[in-house]
Amino acid sequence: MSTVADSEAVLAEQGTSLWQDAWRRLRKNRLALFGLCVLVFFVLIAILTPWLAPYAHDAQDLDLGAAPPSAAHWLGTDIFGRDLLTQIMYGGRISLAVGFVATAVALVIGVTWGAVAGYVGGRVDAVMMRLVDILYALPFMIFIVLLMVVFGRNLLLLFLAIGAVEWLTMARIMRGQVQSLRQQEFVEAAISLGLSPATIVRRHLVPNALGPIIVYTTLTIPSVMLLEAFLSFLGLGVQPPATSWGLLISYGAETMEEYPWLLIFPGAALTLTLFALNFFGDGLRDALDVRGSGD
Amino acid sequence: MALLSVRDLQVDFTTRNGRVTAVNKISFDVESGKITAIIGESGSGKSVACYSLLGLLPSPPASVECGTALFEGRDLLAMSEAQLREIRGRDIAMIFQDPMTCLNPYMTVGDQLVEPLVYHGKVSKAVARERALELLGEVGMREPAATIDQYPHQFSGGMRQRVMIAMALINEPKLLIADEPTTALDVTIQAQILKLVAELQHKRNIGVIFISHDLSVVADIADEIVVMEKGQLVERGDRAAIFERAQHPYTRKLLDAIPAGSKAVSSEARDDLITVSHLCTWFGQGRGREPLRAVDDVSFTIQRGEVLGLVGESGSGKSTIGRSLLRLVPITSGEVLFDGTDVTALEGVALKQMRRRMQMIFQDPYASLNPRMSVYDALAEPLLLHGIESRKTVEQGVLKLMDDVGLARAFVRKYPHEFSGGQRQRIAIGRALATRPEFVVADEPVSALDVTIQAQILDLMLELGREYGLTMLFVSHDLAVVRHIADRILVLYKGKVVEQGTGEALFERPQQEYTRQLLQSIPGRLLLA
Amino acid sequence: MWRFVGGRLLQAIPVILAVITVTFFLVRIAPGGPFDSEKAVIPEVKAALEAQYRLDLPLGQQYLAYLSDLARGELGPSFKYPGRSVNELIAAGLPATAELGAYALLVAVLLGGLAGVFASLKPNSAQDYIPMSVAMIGICMPTFLLGPLLVLVFGIHLEWLPVSGWGDMPGDKILPSLTLGAAYAAYIARLSRAGMLEVMSQDYIRTARAKGLPEWQVVTRHALRGGLIPVVAFLGPAFAGLLAGSFVVETIFQIPGLGRFYVQAAFNRDYTMILGTTVFLSTLIVLFNLLSDILAAWLNPRLRAQYGEA
Repeated sequence: MSTVADSEAVLAEQGTSLWQDAWRRLRKNRLALFGLCVLVFFVLIAILTPWLAPYAHDAQDLDLGAAPPSAAHWLGTDIFGRDLLTQIMYGGRISLAVGFVATAVALVIGVTWGAVAGYVGGRVDAVMMRLVDILYALPFMIFIVLLMVVFGRNLLLLFLAIGAVEWLTMARIMRGQVQSLRQQEFVEAAISLGLSPATIVRRHLVPNALGPIIVYTTLTIPSVMLLEAFLSFLGLGVQPPATSWGLLISYGAETMEEYPWLLIFPGAALTLTLFALNFFGDGLRDALDVRGSGD
Repeated sequence: MALLSVRDLQVDFTTRNGRVTAVNKISFDVESGKITAIIGESGSGKSVACYSLLGLLPSPPASVECGTALFEGRDLLAMSEAQLREIRGRDIAMIFQDPMTCLNPYMTVGDQLVEPLVYHGKVSKAVARERALELLGEVGMREPAATIDQYPHQFSGGMRQRVMIAMALINEPKLLIADEPTTALDVTIQAQILKLVAELQHKRNIGVIFISHDLSVVADIADEIVVMEKGQLVERGDRAAIFERAQHPYTRKLLDAIPAGSKAVSSEARDDLITVSHLCTWFGQGRGREPLRAVDDVSFTIQRGEVLGLVGESGSGKSTIGRSLLRLVPITSGEVLFDGTDVTALEGVALKQMRRRMQMIFQDPYASLNPRMSVYDALAEPLLLHGIESRKTVEQGVLKLMDDVGLARAFVRKYPHEFSGGQRQRIAIGRALATRPEFVVADEPVSALDVTIQAQILDLMLELGREYGLTMLFVSHDLAVVRHIADRILVLYKGKVVEQGTGEALFERPQQEYTRQLLQSIPGRLLLA
Repeated sequence: MWRFVGGRLLQAIPVILAVITVTFFLVRIAPGGPFDSEKAVIPEVKAALEAQYRLDLPLGQQYLAYLSDLARGELGPSFKYPGRSVNELIAAGLPATAELGAYALLVAVLLGGLAGVFASLKPNSAQDYIPMSVAMIGICMPTFLLGPLLVLVFGIHLEWLPVSGWGDMPGDKILPSLTLGAAYAAYIARLSRAGMLEVMSQDYIRTARAKGLPEWQVVTRHALRGGLIPVVAFLGPAFAGLLAGSFVVETIFQIPGLGRFYVQAAFNRDYTMILGTTVFLSTLIVLFNLLSDILAAWLNPRLRAQYGEA
């Protein structure tokens, strides 16, 4: 039984994987950690909004009208006497949902597209990436505005449209990763060991390409949220009675002279979330030691 | 009085894990008209010592703790940044290791060349340009007038290093610091640059500090040699003293690490394991362009149990041959018979089975291991894939492999970044041996390693080769290494086989001009012969 | 080099054509015709209107007619402003938008570039953290929030600057230009900092220092060019973003520019106006992208040679 004892002794000396290393670096980055906490907090609130919100989503108090923050309405009310905190909580649900879902759409399309182009290479790669180049040159912001105008303000369409813009960069990053990894000697070693392409992709390419993808995903979410807020501000995004932070800011901007809190609180919610996401993304980038700016 | 006199120089680095002394109280002198070589392996502090003299170390983290460096009677280490700047590029100039990255890619060579002269010499650009043209001619640049307005990427590595040398000499400095100036170059180019440095130094009677990791490189040119190990100066003496009467064990270890002598040739007749006939591997370069003929009609055989050395400079196609045999790059035409089977026609399961029998050891131990897999994962993968061990026994198999390649069992859960270069190469060798291959391609397996580690790995490979009964194709740019390990040697030039023969035959009676040129380029051959 | 420019121009043509085609058909398949909203339109009048705007023709013919109009530089009549052509409307809005965009770009490049380079000279010091924190705020603070806040503080509260208009009162161009340029200044600051840090770690910077050049010459002569190439390449996307941002800024500050026309057209369902403006802006963006690409390639001698000799 000496061999078993032997191997147990061996297990005593644990190595640190690059993931553990990165996590250790991330933990030391206070800003990133703060970002993560804020983010988790906001997401939790968004999920629990129907139970946590102090008032019903559509509760109005027309007699009260726009009132500054008070004990009953912590963040004040809007001109219809609706509780601003409730509005911000419901708006956050939509803003965050758009951010996460559209990014997920971009992630799935982009990573698949980029991985296939990078791994297959040759003519397939040339055609696939040429298409990305052409789409890249299209002025998407204007297109999204156009789509919203033409098809009405449809939330699902908004997800798809934003996702369709953001996947391009994701595809480029993934392809670049796969291409440079493919030339690495450890992938050649895996080929000469006789591993199947699927196994090589799963065990050798994906884990190594993951870092930049995670970082870029984290940084895509805020830019998607900005886009949604931008469209909503113009009146081309989310439609009442649904609300989002962009829409709230738009209302707030109209009445900011008389009721500045209607602009400041939704603005703070959006800015804080974007801060959190960007700090967390930057921290991840440093921790995972990903080079380049991502976009 | 010495031109430069360094006393008790100590340089510390502040790292996350505390202070590290990179250079520990070293003292040496550099005389005018002499070449002083500083020799040491990576981490010995040889470059740090020299960079600290000119204030070129980033500070923090680096800090000069104590010491003096009298240059013409003035202490460099006590100077202000402005005073040092007056000396840099005027009295003391530098050339660096990698000519590919040391020239500004956004400026023409001419603009970069005249810069030190215009700045320090306060001469007009036109005058400086004349001087630059003259110097370019002197360092052996053909047609200086035509090349001076070109950008660095239009030059080869050797030519760029000549530009660097011209740039360093343009102010007629009194001291030249050369930091591994030939390490990134091919052997024949290395020989030319070494000769050039020696000539220019002699003609101008300047002092030179020549930093290198390789004793043999400085064997022909150094007057004085300083040997450093882990920040300490272990030995100092003139060339003869170091090469003939080395006192310190580390110096002797360095000398012993220089591969020397031919492998004894066994005369027993063996059958051919591998027969390569008319192998061509061309790479397309896009529409309308001639394909790059990396391997062009190459034929040879490798006998069972033999180590065949493949020698050539960069671009000779030596690595591509190895990869072609293993089907890692698509072959254009030709046949590769392995034990009677044509490897080029195999697909699917047959190819996978063939892969088990042929393995590869790569050059760069940093790139050849998946950074996200522990030693255990890396070694278990081939064992399980080819059914050599079962899930139950795989751990024992992994540990056995680690024993074979000389890695402590306790490291089994560690990841590549936690190992040194030599240890990583041992892991890579273990992975290659895991499938119990009959044939191994070793592609420059030691050229990224320090000299003493290099010797250990070569010995390990020879030993394992015997133990496992391996046939090996050993690819290298280093003739001395190949001669040491190979039974027979193939010399490649631009995708073609120029000459082949046993190490002894090739070294004693080279038939071809190119082989002769290669042999003459081996650094330190006269002294070490 | 000319080959490169030519090649990129050739690539731009299908892109512009694609934009025109997609936009045209998107607008045409939009639910609800342009005159549906006006309920009491007499059938004859409606038919006459449709004939005037060629809506009675089959879609394919409409498309071809539109293309041939475009080839002559005609963007067609506006639906909502009878008697005025889209060309006239664009010509009316363009000067203000162009001026606003130019100032904003200037703010972005000057402010952002300077801040980024400045920060990169002493990484991880106060000189780095302070401008980069401001840049982070710039990135996280959307234009449509920054604009109203600036108005609130400098216009309404302090009463230093006018809160709206363009060229009507002295100083009324400051707030819109700052608002529009801020986010891009922030991006450019981050880009140029990263670019400079990357270049400053290159071996050839060490060579320049070993020559004895003073630090400011090392930065200006050797580092700046390489470090700012990413910024030049970013100018194309930045321009597209600025145009889109002008929609918001012109709305906030009530500037009679193209952006505001576009948003109004979108609300009025003025289809020819949407179509015409989209085509016009897209072409501008594609051309500007091309320009920044060419400039970035031209700054890199290796790329220049690669396209020059082949």
